[in-house]
Amino acid sequence: MAIPSDFVEETTEDGAVTLHFSGDLSIASLGDLPERLRDYDAAISRLDIADIGYMDTVGAWLVHRTARDRDAEIVGANDDAQRLIAAVSAADQAADIRPEPPNPVLRVLNEVGEATTVAFTTLSGLVGFLGAIMVGFFRLLRHPGKIRWNAVIQRFDVVGVRALGIIGLMSFLIGLVIAQQGAVQLRQFGAEVFTVNLVGRLTLRELGVLMTAIMVAGRSGSAFAAQLGTMKLTEEIDAMRTIGVSPIEALVLPRFIAAVFMLPLLGFYASIVAIIGGGLLSWVELDIPPATFFSRIREVVPLTDVYVGLVKAPVFGAIIAITGCYQGMQVKGNAEDVGMRTTAAVVQAIFLVIVLDAFFAVFFTWIGWN
Amino acid sequence: MSDSDAITYDRDYDGPIVSVHGLRNSFGEQVVHDNLDLDVRRGEIIGVVGGSGTGKSVLMRSIIGLQTPKEGEIRVFGQQILGKSDAETIEIRKRWGVLFQGGALFSTLTVAENVMVPIREFYPDMDREFRREVAKYKVCLSGLPPDAAPKYPSELSGGMRKRAGIARALALDPELLFLDEPTAGLDPVGAAAFDNLTKELQQTLGLTVFLITHDLDTLHAICDRVAVLADQRVIAVGTIDELLALDHPWIQEYFNGPRGRMASAGKKMLG
Repeated sequence: MAIPSDFVEETTEDGAVTLHFSGDLSIASLGDLPERLRDYDAAISRLDIADIGYMDTVGAWLVHRTARDRDAEIVGANDDAQRLIAAVSAADQAADIRPEPPNPVLRVLNEVGEATTVAFTTLSGLVGFLGAIMVGFFRLLRHPGKIRWNAVIQRFDVVGVRALGIIGLMSFLIGLVIAQQGAVQLRQFGAEVFTVNLVGRLTLRELGVLMTAIMVAGRSGSAFAAQLGTMKLTEEIDAMRTIGVSPIEALVLPRFIAAVFMLPLLGFYASIVAIIGGGLLSWVELDIPPATFFSRIREVVPLTDVYVGLVKAPVFGAIIAITGCYQGMQVKGNAEDVGMRTTAAVVQAIFLVIVLDAFFAVFFTWIGWN
Repeated sequence: MSDSDAITYDRDYDGPIVSVHGLRNSFGEQVVHDNLDLDVRRGEIIGVVGGSGTGKSVLMRSIIGLQTPKEGEIRVFGQQILGKSDAETIEIRKRWGVLFQGGALFSTLTVAENVMVPIREFYPDMDREFRREVAKYKVCLSGLPPDAAPKYPSELSGGMRKRAGIARALALDPELLFLDEPTAGLDPVGAAAFDNLTKELQQTLGLTVFLITHDLDTLHAICDRVAVLADQRVIAVGTIDELLALDHPWIQEYFNGPRGRMASAGKKMLG
């Protein structure tokens, strides 16, 4: 084992203090020696290290910096110790551990400013990215042979087919909950039969598509960002560009097309499953038989409700694909950035989906699709 | 001390620093090492060479415990380390430092913080201010300018990242340093400077260096001995002149190929 280091003080007649060190001066044996030396207030004129055992650079540094700060002289150093002390004193330069922190007021101002510019650059970046996708899309339309059908079909599978299970389960439960809560409230007015209206209109018009968009943003938007971000880090995207393959055409468009086409299908499927859930609860709780439930649905839900859902869905799909791919393409630096960009992709996608949903609600009311 | 106990500190040990016997590593059907023996002496720089896929990195990973061999015995500082838990080998692991190929710096920490990670992990009681000072001088000791200390790895060039990796490998003042292709990806000037740094650190700090390389210049410039990996084992260990005297096709091709001759000529010109 390493012998713990220690020192004793000796004062000569002329009042000069010599510290005699003993034990090993190494990282394993220093213990609280740095604190003790720092708390030693008297002037020190000599550091005697003749009696120490093993010394490493940490010990050498302790001796060197004590000698430097206290203006003391190092005596009794053997060849090894002299060599190490010379090496660490050559490496003794002022340095920071972290980048200099700015003053707090400036920092807050800086952060507010930065957040503002980030918000605007992200927005303009998204619009620009949409433009790039459109350019790529129309170029593909003119040269349909260049469409990567394999990639598109594969994305259909990943974004659409594989999401059926989770979206079905989620929608079924949502339909159940809406019917149950609606029934409880409406029963107070003896109007529990309107539960059917509630379930049918709410799911087809709003919730089916909205919840699907949120689920797809979490499932696929994040995956888009992480996949493209990782490819950016490993320079795969740069390699693609040099070969002459446009990353927009090869990576972004298949994802974009998949999201735009899959979201209406998933949204419609989600609405239907939610209605089935609501119907089941109405049957059990309200004694409305399924046949009656579905004929009521056909009576109370106008066809425009279905259109409202189906018009919104591809737009939401486009937003999810654009934010996911855009954030992925913005990754640079390190692995942490991939995580941050993935989070940003999901948050922005959900936020934009909900904002647009509000605009859609106003718009559809305005054109009279109530 | 029985072998099952936790390994303790033994500074007076003066046998081979690393001693590998009968090592066997295989991945599925593919046998990488079979009956491999290698001794590393105290204070030397040993270069490990071999064609691609001969298992140089696997050998290093076996010694530092990242890869569990199928058979064999590995002693570091005279202590058997195979089959021991991480907790039991902690005293041994404190005494070696590893530089991975890409530097493997923690990307969310600055260079100085990277150096402080092992210190904080193994010596949590060390005075905070003192620990920061130690990190700073280690950064400078590795030949980095002081303004590199507060930078993040992504802000550094490849050569500086390797130096930062060395600084972290040296954080605990190890006696044994593992370098995995330290000059790969560096320009010749940077590679030569890195060779000098390795030699200088080895001499000042009394290190033993286990160095995996493809770089013939590095072998000629700083290695005391060279171990050649081929046919799933170490086929020869010795100085370059000793190896040249052997009649093995790979060794002859390696050292006497056009690149080998140039490196050797360069060495002779430098004297």
